[in-house]
Amino acid sequence: MSTVAGEMDHHDHHHHAPSGITRWLFTTNHKDIGSMYLWFSFIMFLVGGSMAMVIRAELFQPGLQLVDPHFFNQMTTVHGLIMVFGAVMPAFTGLANWMVPMMIGAPDMALPRMNNWSFWILPFAFAILLASLFMEGGGPAFGWTFYAPLSTTYSSDSTALFVFSVHIMGISSIMGAINVIVTIMNMRAPGMTYMKMPLFVWTWFITAFLLIAVMPVLAGAVTMVLTDKYFSTSFFDAAGGGDPVLFQHIFWFFGHPEVYIMILPSFGIVSAIIPAFSRKKLFGYSSMVYATAAIAGLSFLVWAHHMFTTGMPVAAEIFFMYATMLISVPTGVKVFNWVATMWRGSISFETPMLFALAFVILFTIGGFSGLMLAITPVDFQYHDTYFVVAHFHYVLVSGAIFSIMAAAYYWLPKWTGHMYDETLAKWHFWCSLISVNVLFFPMHFAGLAGMPRRIPDYSLQFADINQIVSIGGFAFGLSQLIFLAVVIKCVRGGEKAPAKPWDGAEGLEWTVPSPAPYHTFETPPEVK
Amino acid sequence: MSTRLITALLASIPLAASAQSQLNLTQGVTEISQRVYDLHMTIFYICCVIGVIVFGAMFVSMILHRKSKGHKPATFHENVKVEILWTVIPFLILVGMAIPATKTLFAMEDASEAEVTVLVTGSQWKWHYKYFDRDVEYFSLLATRQDQINNRLEKGENYLLEVDRPLVLPTDTKVRFLVTSDDVIHSWWVPDFAVKKDANPGFINEAWTKIDEPGIYRGQCAELCGKDHGFMPVVVIAKEPAEFEAWISEQEAIAKAAKEEEQRLLSMSMSKDELMELGERVYLGSCAACHQPNGEGIPGVFPSLKGTAMVMNDKPGHINIVVNGKAGTAMQAFGNQLSLRELAAVITYERNAWGNNTGDLIQAADVNEYLNK
Ligand code: HEM
Ligand SMILES: [Cu+2]
Repeated sequence: MSTVAGEMDHHDHHHHAPSGITRWLFTTNHKDIGSMYLWFSFIMFLVGGSMAMVIRAELFQPGLQLVDPHFFNQMTTVHGLIMVFGAVMPAFTGLANWMVPMMIGAPDMALPRMNNWSFWILPFAFAILLASLFMEGGGPAFGWTFYAPLSTTYSSDSTALFVFSVHIMGISSIMGAINVIVTIMNMRAPGMTYMKMPLFVWTWFITAFLLIAVMPVLAGAVTMVLTDKYFSTSFFDAAGGGDPVLFQHIFWFFGHPEVYIMILPSFGIVSAIIPAFSRKKLFGYSSMVYATAAIAGLSFLVWAHHMFTTGMPVAAEIFFMYATMLISVPTGVKVFNWVATMWRGSISFETPMLFALAFVILFTIGGFSGLMLAITPVDFQYHDTYFVVAHFHYVLVSGAIFSIMAAAYYWLPKWTGHMYDETLAKWHFWCSLISVNVLFFPMHFAGLAGMPRRIPDYSLQFADINQIVSIGGFAFGLSQLIFLAVVIKCVRGGEKAPAKPWDGAEGLEWTVPSPAPYHTFETPPEVK
Repeated sequence: MSTRLITALLASIPLAASAQSQLNLTQGVTEISQRVYDLHMTIFYICCVIGVIVFGAMFVSMILHRKSKGHKPATFHENVKVEILWTVIPFLILVGMAIPATKTLFAMEDASEAEVTVLVTGSQWKWHYKYFDRDVEYFSLLATRQDQINNRLEKGENYLLEVDRPLVLPTDTKVRFLVTSDDVIHSWWVPDFAVKKDANPGFINEAWTKIDEPGIYRGQCAELCGKDHGFMPVVVIAKEPAEFEAWISEQEAIAKAAKEEEQRLLSMSMSKDELMELGERVYLGSCAACHQPNGEGIPGVFPSLKGTAMVMNDKPGHINIVVNGKAGTAMQAFGNQLSLRELAAVITYERNAWGNNTGDLIQAADVNEYLNK
């Protein structure tokens, strides 16, 4: 592999890079937009996190202490919406913006103006959602899954704003996905065949197709909620010939692929980091690609595993149980491949690697509880309890979010030109790792012992578990401030990073200097 | 990191395995709940074994194959045989899990030949039980005092898991539940029976149980159903069949007597004090969850009753909305939930409390005109 990036360095780019706020408002540069996505997602992570703190504070003891049940429901709802659509998804889009062009040897994203737009509508979407909390009657209080008719006939008037903001988020995601697909299909450097693409590019490529397939379904669901509530349709109202369970089918037809949208890019990140710090090639590259495609395909056939208690025919329950169990086969293949990559490598434990290793273990624990949940007769007991809450936080927090942290540490030297503070970063890792388990592991027990989810108050037998969980929650929340400190410190200065700070790393992004120049690969590199 | 995780994982095995422990799924009191528990434990143990193998391999390589020990990396990155093996073996394990799971599922879904049928109806935020072929039906509301919830009184043993009128069922009898809802989706759940079924408005779901032991079994609504979702528990008392028969006959007699009393009441009137006193009690039990104890509602969600046009001036409208509800809103029809006396009292209370002072007294006969309208 060769590079031409350094060539442009003596040119002055300032004549087409406005300064001040307009630089950021009008920018079409994938690196600027990537940074904005990442900062936005971190801010949303803190906002959604503070709502989680409210939830955990209320649940610290039995009884109602801080908030009333209606506000509690708004907190769980908006926390979920913000973390899914505001924190995890934009973080992945930010990483795609920064890394996909650099990884395939392209100068920028294929559709830079659309890129700008898809970012800049996001702050408005979340401003609308957050503002709705201050309306008379409060913000959305029907759970992030907004089941009808709780979200239609029985919701407050902020529902219209909720629908509008979800529409904007959806438009943003679809545009982002189109951009990724067009970029990957058209802008790969000569010699960069599909089966040579880094796995992060592959997983994002597949994720983008999932996004385009299901975001319109979500848009349809919110639109039907809107018309049921305000325009007298009855899609979900039995009195008018509709069916409330239909809502759940539509929602989860979006919702299950959505959970894979939030994990496939993580698989890509981890598949870059584990080989780098094991100093050994990724084991089973092509089986990784096929497993990702298989997971994506199967993800369309399992949605009703969220609905076993709705009263489906037995045949449907059997089908969705088997299909869901089947998904753990390709998921297992991935885990085995990562372990085989480490096997007889030459492993070192820098912070990106620590987060990636924690990802593999904790995500797998989430996979185990997923497998348990797939077993329909037992899911009748687990469903809508804290066991489910534990499951999806293991895959999303210690899964998706840990992988995002890993990615940030891995590529920060490339983005900023400085090495981050390794000691502080290790503090961040260990604090996060311990607290995340104190936070989420006991939730399994609460759920098994019978604690339903989404309740503001609970019976006395759950008091001890909830207290431990809340303490873990506060500790995890505080630990993330260390991350903020590391990032700010790294942006402002630090040891100069070489072009390739990790000796085992592979890929085109390491062939350009650190920090990556404003424009990279204006002449495509040759990939052998 | 690693050792801590593994110990946490291993430590959880004995905890989860001890049956009586608060930390694991209940074995319950039915054959089905026992089978569900066994299935749960089997799959849990399988996951533990896989976990030990996978995480074990990771830790071995983290300990032995580290750079700081001078380990040189190998170069292999493919092995078709191994890859086929670790696709096929998990698949076979899954087939092994699917067989008992499928059998249990079929058993759970077979509600045929039930001897007793109960219609379970959820509404915001209470359960209603109606015995088929018997003249017994009633609402079951949270019995925990508001003062306990607000930390002004010490919390009792069954805090949030106690109701005024539990569902009573016979043991050793196949009981069928027909589950539905009057408003949003609820979910009727008793862990000891391994029964959790959604109550969908406009549709009826079926579930069943056959309880082995007499006792009191507690559960909760499992599907988010709005503000007081956390406050609509399920309590079931299981009695020997003979005792159950005696209980239900007694209930039928009580219900019959109450109906006759209602008819008698139509020609009587109650004093203001009587009405206000009963009215306040009914208001706090049935209305305050939405309209709030101070009558001011929650702006934008539940309307205020304090000094509003309907309460102050529109007596017929007021009686009608309480008796018949308002379609398409959270306002339920209380005509079939409360007795004539209670309806009269609560309407009187609303028209005279919080400074409304209309001076109107509503009597059972006034309310009766609006019933069945
Ligand atoms: C082996 C793979 C997995 C299996 C077999 C699995 C299975 C399940 C099942 C059966 C449920 C429904 C539980 C219930 O509500 O009763 C569930 C819930 C959930 N899963 Fe997974 N899952 C897997 C992986 C994942 C991954 C990778 C993610 C996301 C990154 C994820 C996110 C979620 C979420 C968010 C929910 C709950 C949604 C809600 O009700 O709010 N799962 N999973
Ligand atoms: Cu799912």
